[in-house]
Amino acid sequence: MPDTLVAPSATPSPPSSAASRPVRLALVGNPNSGKTALFNALTGSRQKVANYAGVTVERKEGVLTLASGRGAHVLHLPGTYSLRARSPDEVVTRDAVLGKLAGETAPDVVICVADATNLRLVLRLVLELKQVGRPFVLALNMYDIAQRQGLRIDLERLSAEIGAPIIPTVATRKRGLQELVAAADALVLSHAGEQDNVWREPDAAEIRAAHREAQRIVKACVRPAERPDTVTGKVDAVLLNPVGGLLILFALLFVMFQAVFTWAQPVMDLIGLGFEQVGVLIGAVLPEGLLRSFLTDGLIAGVGSVLVFLPQILILFLFILILEDSGYMTRAAFLMDKIMGGAGLHGRAFIPLLSSFACAIPGIMATRVIDNKHDRLTTILVAPLMTCSARIPVYTLIIAAFIPHTQVWGVFSLQGLVMFGLYAAGIVSALVVSFVIRKIFWRGTVEPFMMELPTYRWPEPRNVLMNLWTRAQIFLNRAGRIILPLMIVVWVLSTFPYPPAGATGPAIDYSLAGRLGHLIAPVMQPIGFNWQMTVALIPGFAAREVAVAALGTVYAVGGDADSHVALSTLLSHQWSLATALSFLAWYIFAPQCMATLGVVKRETNGWTWPAVMVLYMTTLAYLASFATYHIAVAMGGG
Amino acid sequence: MSDVLHLSPETLDRPAASGASALGMERPLSTASKGQAGVITKVSGQTGAHEAVDSAELERRLLEMGFVEGALIEVLHEGLFGRDPIAVRIDDMRVALRRREAAAVTVQFHEA
Repeated sequence: MPDTLVAPSATPSPPSSAASRPVRLALVGNPNSGKTALFNALTGSRQKVANYAGVTVERKEGVLTLASGRGAHVLHLPGTYSLRARSPDEVVTRDAVLGKLAGETAPDVVICVADATNLRLVLRLVLELKQVGRPFVLALNMYDIAQRQGLRIDLERLSAEIGAPIIPTVATRKRGLQELVAAADALVLSHAGEQDNVWREPDAAEIRAAHREAQRIVKACVRPAERPDTVTGKVDAVLLNPVGGLLILFALLFVMFQAVFTWAQPVMDLIGLGFEQVGVLIGAVLPEGLLRSFLTDGLIAGVGSVLVFLPQILILFLFILILEDSGYMTRAAFLMDKIMGGAGLHGRAFIPLLSSFACAIPGIMATRVIDNKHDRLTTILVAPLMTCSARIPVYTLIIAAFIPHTQVWGVFSLQGLVMFGLYAAGIVSALVVSFVIRKIFWRGTVEPFMMELPTYRWPEPRNVLMNLWTRAQIFLNRAGRIILPLMIVVWVLSTFPYPPAGATGPAIDYSLAGRLGHLIAPVMQPIGFNWQMTVALIPGFAAREVAVAALGTVYAVGGDADSHVALSTLLSHQWSLATALSFLAWYIFAPQCMATLGVVKRETNGWTWPAVMVLYMTTLAYLASFATYHIAVAMGGG
Repeated sequence: MSDVLHLSPETLDRPAASGASALGMERPLSTASKGQAGVITKVSGQTGAHEAVDSAELERRLLEMGFVEGALIEVLHEGLFGRDPIAVRIDDMRVALRRREAAAVTVQFHEA
């Protein structure tokens, strides 16, 4: 047994036929055990994010090369406390471990990741894994913290107790990784620990028995910490203070949104300028004509107007990732539970809803952490009301054009305050809508709220950056695959057919987009929308931010602008303040994102809920815009 | 399993459990206030209210989060509104839960 603790020397095994098939490893573990950090450390940038077949659980897989030169696929499974799955995420973990997941082969070796400072908890999962009978290795992660605390773990004894090799690791410092991979490799070859699967869902008595067994093992193998962590307690005394904690949370959110707008500006200006230069360059090289119009007005203006928002999206995600990695996110859920509960939402809905500020799609997918069906549906229905980053382009454009760039009380920018107000409007309406859903559709039972509050940790910069990169890739991919083709469609619609010879009005008036815009315009006229706006809303239904690019195209092809700044100047002349405010109100509520509806359809297994969503959001949008427009006109903003 | 109500031998070895000479009253965790500590004596899954999950399921969930007979527990924090939810330390873990579910956990509190 002891020799499993020592890394086998890197003697390359002779190539054999079995070596051609890549080894399959699966990472399981409790939430907050540093599983993602270990996954990042093991696979580096060689990761792929996709979905599991049939379900929308994020499937993260990476590759690494074993010492023998053999390739290995590492599957990153959602965190769980038990194989007794309660949420769709945990079902994936259970089925993957059991080898029952559709479209997946059972892993050769399971790597169970444990927080070395909290062994008692993971031991029950380990005991369950033992019943499954698949070879596994226990990675005692954050071993350095355990050592610093003076926690002593008898690795040999523990290994004998659980019947599996144990490797101490420090994922953030890349310590113990080679040994871990070598131990997994050795298990692939030896099949040690492989048994028949005798796992079944434990009942209460069996969980109690597992507790006793875990307790016995901990007593036998672990000497308690001499210097236990006291930082978390001290920090919590401040951050979970009933009044102070909430104030800090709101201050944090406020700083977050101010940062999104001030930090991102220089980079955005740079990106905007870059695309402008490319447009000018092409304009200089190509002769006036269809190709030039397509490249500068369709392609470059379209892509540029979307890419320019990447810095804001990254800053928002940076905050979310840091808050998650530090352990603060669960505290935020604790602080918000009563407020959310008052609106009929589960405390756990806080995290999906906060993610929805970046994009409703990951937010809706994150609702899988909510076990109860009704709680989950409510969260899904209100998630798109959170101001997602795709609205940022629209908001910034309109705010830049219509809200003066002045300071309020010498500290806050008025534009920032208006933006904060738009976010607040989204949040408040989400709370009201969920309250109404609770009261009307399902009254009654309340889902239990229980959550581990993990030890605070400094977020690991490398880890945060890697996760940020994943997010950037997802956004760029979306921009490339959905938005780019749409931009081309918009350009075609607004270019063809050509105006008849001797026409006097702008060319777009005669195009398909113009005709469509004119057709719908009467419906939108009571809320202050002109036909150009209506035209821009059509592609904007596919993805919110497209509306900005579409406005650019509609007006550029109409003959004036070709950059973001120019567009906002142009709009400030073309629209009244009432129209601009009405447009903002429309964007708070309108269900303008096909991708979101697609995800809702997948998550709720049918078209009923997406239809409900479109109906209620469009109604709210129209009513809100109508009210905003007419109040603004009455106040002299017409 | 009939030993639900009894402390298992290894829990009696724990210093805090055996050292508590003056044992306080047994009452639901939901009635505790910040700073109170004790030993869990019963986890039932019965909250006295109508829940979205049945009591057997709630009992299992509580057990899985570490609420088990014999575990040391201390109330660390309370929320602002109605002092709800609460954050507790169970052995070496911190867990947040609502008072509603905490009603299913009975604790023998130390004399405070």
